Amino acid sequence: MDKPKFVYTVYIRTTPEKLWYALIDPEFTQKYWSGVKFVSDWKVGSSVQMTDAEGAPADSGVVLKCAPPRLLSFTWHVGWHPDMKKEPPCRATFEIEPAPQKGVVRLTITHDEFEVGSKTYEGVKNGWPAILSSLKSLLETGEPLDSNKFIIREYLGKLTG
Amino acid sequence: MEPVFKALADKSRRRLLDILFAKNGQTLNELSSHLSMSRQAVTKHLLLLEKAHLVVVVWRGRAKFHYLNPVPIHQVYDRWIGKYNRHRLEALSELKRNLESSQKKKGLRHG
Repeated sequence: MDKPKFVYTVYIRTTPEKLWYALIDPEFTQKYWSGVKFVSDWKVGSSVQMTDAEGAPADSGVVLKCAPPRLLSFTWHVGWHPDMKKEPPCRATFEIEPAPQKGVVRLTITHDEFEVGSKTYEGVKNGWPAILSSLKSLLETGEPLDSNKFIIREYLGKLTG
Repeated sequence: MEPVFKALADKSRRRLLDILFAKNGQTLNELSSHLSMSRQAVTKHLLLLEKAHLVVVVWRGRAKFHYLNPVPIHQVYDRWIGKYNRHRLEALSELKRNLESSQKKKGLRHG
């Protein structure tokens, strides 16, 4: 059986450089990731540390590929959830490319390397669309989506509750 | 947003999204096996779904895999559903589900 995997895309009116910055800058990520900061020097082999809105360590990973402003890939190990914590890390890959439409950039996120029956898969599957919508809004209008924080907080509550 | 609504306005295309929701990452052959229509017709529907960004295509060698992309649907959601309305709508959906499932049971008993 194939391992579960998903591929999400979003088209954003921005430049590859701005979008790249939005992925790797912790002050920027917290705006659309409801407080989550991604901290790393983004060198291949370096660690990636995600901290939650309170600044506590949440998830972690290791940089696999980094080619600004086109390709970023890192392993992802969920640390905040007791069941997901036991699972081996999955992998997130971000690809940035110009869209056919002028001034528009296509972001593709591939999340794979999940185990069959993975809880992490169920968890991240539903989180990304909200985060990507918020990222698009933040880059295009300067404002993240208000509903985003709500959805993610509620979703995390449902998983732990 | 117009391509999204156009893509969703067709029963077969909604069915294709349902099939991908149940099992993500399928080839044209796999997808066609679920539907009683020609491969050409399925290809046409998939193309419209791709154009609306509801389906993403990934090539692995010579095999083409289709993945469900729910991001445009989330954008529709964000546009019209505020964070407070969400709870009321969820409560209404749950009420509908409960009422309809108890109706079904009742129907079975009498039938």
